[in-house]
Amino acid sequence: MISDLAYQLLQMTLVIALAPGLTGLIRKVKARLTRRRGASVLQPYFDLARLARKEAIVADSATSYFRVAPYLIFASTWVAAALVPTFATGLMFSWSADLIAIVAILGFGRFALILAGMDVGTSFGGLGASREAMFATLAEPAMMTIVFCLALLAGSTQLSTIAEFMTTHDVGLRVTLGMALVALVMVAIAENGRIPADNPATHLELTMVHEAMILEYSGRHLALIELAAMLKLLLYVSIIGCVFAPWGLVAGEGRSLGVGLGVYLAKLAFAGVALGVFETSIAKMRVFRVPNFLGAALMLGLLGAMLLFVSRVLK
Amino acid sequence: MSGLDFDVSHLLAGGLVLVSFMLLYQTRIYALLNVYAAQAFVLSLAVVWQAFVQDKPHLYATAAVAFLFKAALIPYALHRAIDRLGLRREVENVVGIGATMLAGLACVALAIVVMLRIENEADALAREDLAFALAVILLGLLMMVVRRNVVSMVIGFMSLENGLILAAAGAKGMPLVVEFAVAFSVVVALVVIYVFLFRLQDRFGGVDVGVLEDFQGSRR
Repeated sequence: MISDLAYQLLQMTLVIALAPGLTGLIRKVKARLTRRRGASVLQPYFDLARLARKEAIVADSATSYFRVAPYLIFASTWVAAALVPTFATGLMFSWSADLIAIVAILGFGRFALILAGMDVGTSFGGLGASREAMFATLAEPAMMTIVFCLALLAGSTQLSTIAEFMTTHDVGLRVTLGMALVALVMVAIAENGRIPADNPATHLELTMVHEAMILEYSGRHLALIELAAMLKLLLYVSIIGCVFAPWGLVAGEGRSLGVGLGVYLAKLAFAGVALGVFETSIAKMRVFRVPNFLGAALMLGLLGAMLLFVSRVLK
Repeated sequence: MSGLDFDVSHLLAGGLVLVSFMLLYQTRIYALLNVYAAQAFVLSLAVVWQAFVQDKPHLYATAAVAFLFKAALIPYALHRAIDRLGLRREVENVVGIGATMLAGLACVALAIVVMLRIENEADALAREDLAFALAVILLGLLMMVVRRNVVSMVIGFMSLENGLILAAAGAKGMPLVVEFAVAFSVVVALVVIYVFLFRLQDRFGGVDVGVLEDFQGSRR
């Protein structure tokens, strides 16, 4: 009981501690691939510390919600991140929420962000908010079909149970899993505003979605929102890692903490490098092509469920 | 039948359906040909697996023919054709990819529903292959319906034919003579299409079937 709680607390501090590092690693990889030296991997930590020290300026037209929103966004993302098995399964809190609940909590965070984007009443904020809402309405059904695929296979929507199922030999060779993986990666890319869907490094008004919503924020509010965005990226990487690469997760008795942490760090590093390479090698798509991109993810999820149905009926 | 036999065959046949969807999604002509070659490659793998599972050596010949003609010869010929037509960098203007995808999913659902009910005492492997083969055929037909560029329509036709081969391989194989005849007919079709493409280009200055719509009007 005590050790469960300790693991849970360790995970909650760990995700916060590692999230800026992951973002820093991706930026470093992208810089190196374009033959720049790039800032240090630790730069996001310094940025966040600087923002936290600075004065937070609030627009005259902002309501009180504007001040509350960063905390709501950060808290919901943090709670969601606490529920995903990162280095260990069977965490203290994981009984309380399954994958569908995690999707819902993230949806709540996004709702708070969209409202905050529209709060000040600038045209940019509204623009970003409407685009974010458009992506979200397409990404969430795709995410749900992926959840259904996994749940049909593993017989549970609990991430811990799915991860344990994936390590057994019952899984077999399934095309559905491949489709679910590709679809989940596509959803993760769109949800986190990575390159084909949105460019995280730009302030160009035609392309930005996430940046447009948080344009009015400064100081510690901005630091919280940025940290929440980094945390969300880490969360999606952790979901993909624990479902599709569930090796090294610490579970049950005889746990070895070092192995779990080491494997988790290796997974994060691999994901960071892979995402950096992927983002460097493709161009951003037009905003109105993103629905096609997410539609393909939805289609993959549905197709995967159908194929699963065939093998279930015949076997 | 062991679980692995079924799983691998499920993987390959499911992969074939997936590549059919990629064909529907892809709008760049050049990439479309590459996806088609990939589909033919997956098909030959699926047929090789069927030959191995069913212990039918002549299916290896089918796989070889499928690979030679469909994964190598036809893509190469079509690449030559789009080079000469100047279509290499063409991006087709497809409307409603989302709706097309949904229609494609409906096709797959239809194929599954029809084929899984049809024959309960048949071998699971054959029924599964037939279901996916019907799905690939329907998706090929869908592609021919929704696209307006003749090269894409040809690709749709050829991918439909891939579905036929998969069905034949799953249904305990056809006689070898028939297989060669089918392969040969595809090559003949390719020649006819080749001639047709260049005639279209000469006559109308483009391979978009939109140019034919004027003639529908004058007939009335």
